[in-house]
Amino acid sequence: MNALVDKGADGAMKSGSNLERVLRSGHFAVTAEVGPPQSASSKGVIKHTKHMKDYCDAVNLTDNQTAVVRLSSIAAAVHVINSGAEPVIQMTCRDRNRIAMQSDLLGAYSLGARNILCLSGDHQSFGNHPTAKNVHDIDSIQLVKMIKDMRDEKRFVCGDDIKANEPRFFIGAAANPFADPFEFRVVRLAKKVNAGADFIQTQAVYDLERFEEWMKAVREAGLHEKTHILAGVIPPKSAGALRYMKKVPGMMIPDHLIERMKKAEDPKEEGVKLCVEIIEALKGIEGVSGVHIMAIMWEDIVPEVVERAGLYPRPEVAAGEQTA
Amino acid sequence: MIVAEQKRLEEISSLISDAAKVLIVGCKECVTVCLAGGEREVEILASTLNLKGKADGNPIEIVTHTLQRQCEPEYVKELERVLDREEGIDVILSLGCGVGVQFIAEHYPDYWVVPGLNTTFAGGTLEEGKWAERCGLCGECVLHRTGGICPIIRCSKSILNGPCGGSQDGKCEVDDGVDCAWQLIYDRLKGLGRLELLTVLEPPKDWSKARHGGPRAVVREDVRL
Repeated sequence: MNALVDKGADGAMKSGSNLERVLRSGHFAVTAEVGPPQSASSKGVIKHTKHMKDYCDAVNLTDNQTAVVRLSSIAAAVHVINSGAEPVIQMTCRDRNRIAMQSDLLGAYSLGARNILCLSGDHQSFGNHPTAKNVHDIDSIQLVKMIKDMRDEKRFVCGDDIKANEPRFFIGAAANPFADPFEFRVVRLAKKVNAGADFIQTQAVYDLERFEEWMKAVREAGLHEKTHILAGVIPPKSAGALRYMKKVPGMMIPDHLIERMKKAEDPKEEGVKLCVEIIEALKGIEGVSGVHIMAIMWEDIVPEVVERAGLYPRPEVAAGEQTA
Repeated sequence: MIVAEQKRLEEISSLISDAAKVLIVGCKECVTVCLAGGEREVEILASTLNLKGKADGNPIEIVTHTLQRQCEPEYVKELERVLDREEGIDVILSLGCGVGVQFIAEHYPDYWVVPGLNTTFAGGTLEEGKWAERCGLCGECVLHRTGGICPIIRCSKSILNGPCGGSQDGKCEVDDGVDCAWQLIYDRLKGLGRLELLTVLEPPKDWSKARHGGPRAVVREDVRL
């Protein structure tokens, strides 16, 4: 195996984060998402973190998701740490250039963050500042490589050495098995893995058939052995929520699921049931290392989903305990 | 006009290194004016590549054709005749701007099309052999508020309420060969007795009308067929 794409089962810990330890010990990982507020209050982040911290291995903090201004993912990560959980900081390429991103990476690490998820970012035309410039100085794959080089080569993207105390992140990237061109999606995933993605969080899975087809191609390329793949899931609150998601580019929602939600007497209960069924199916797919639960605006449901999916309690893996 | 510069000969050579027969396409508009890709430059490049090919022991056959405009389909279609007449063209080397390269590639999906120029900016001729950037193509002109001098493209920071603290002796902190756009704006508005314009706080610009909003198109229903 190329050292560049060492999944880490036999090597030294890269970041020592809880998420890394759980994944390397072979447990089926659970991450969950918290969306920071459109205000300067820490209350919501703290409340959600305390509620879900025993039910997941790390908490993702979105970075101004859908290009709507929110409390920063790095600041939110500090509230998560102070509330007893481990954050995954999401970082998009939309709003910062390479200077600001590297500065924020140093800052985030100094504040105790150990996991990062590298994203392009939703276009600002979808958010509440459609007249803003976008940056995209570097793209998400270049961001993965930049963070890896800061960690493993101890250098900034300009080539200058980081003389001491380099940030050592467990590096994540996103993948969308439902976007086009389908055949190219696995090639692009390989590019991310080769750039240094230690873990992957996918777009939400509703179309299991398509996801399995994608995972088959992922396995054929051997990528599941080089990175940890966490499949995304979203418990739907209603048929309307599913219909809305169906309109989002890069989302695939089979019509029969919308029908099923529409017919349900208790749509919320049906949504949880559906999400749990999908997780059960994902557990059975070779190469899937965990799930990423994105219950935005419904964070309270995470513990129930995790428990009903048979993923509670979460493992406690001490440093040095992981097996090869 | 669009100002462009020819790529270095070594780079152009590397772009056509696998080809035995190359069609070089020039353009009679902007790139003719800025002496980068007109008929004259096409012929000079053809002879140079010919000589280089022979000297390198790798002779190539070169065909040339200069279009009126590479950015209009009716002219781009003219190449069909050339391609029919000249069999076995491996590469089309466009000496048009980036628009020309793309229009040719769109019209000829079976051909490998490469750029011979670096498209540099929208600007004008200052003097013989000297061109300078003047328009940032931002989609919403502010020149009536800045005395006819564009802060978007002529200020290194695109500052709308300038100048910044790096303006010294009328020059930009980035390069003392570059005029500070805001010094120029100040001087001109002062001369015109319109300095009060500079006391108005310019709000954040609507960048969605520039490239940040995504690829742009202009549709004029009144002139469509």
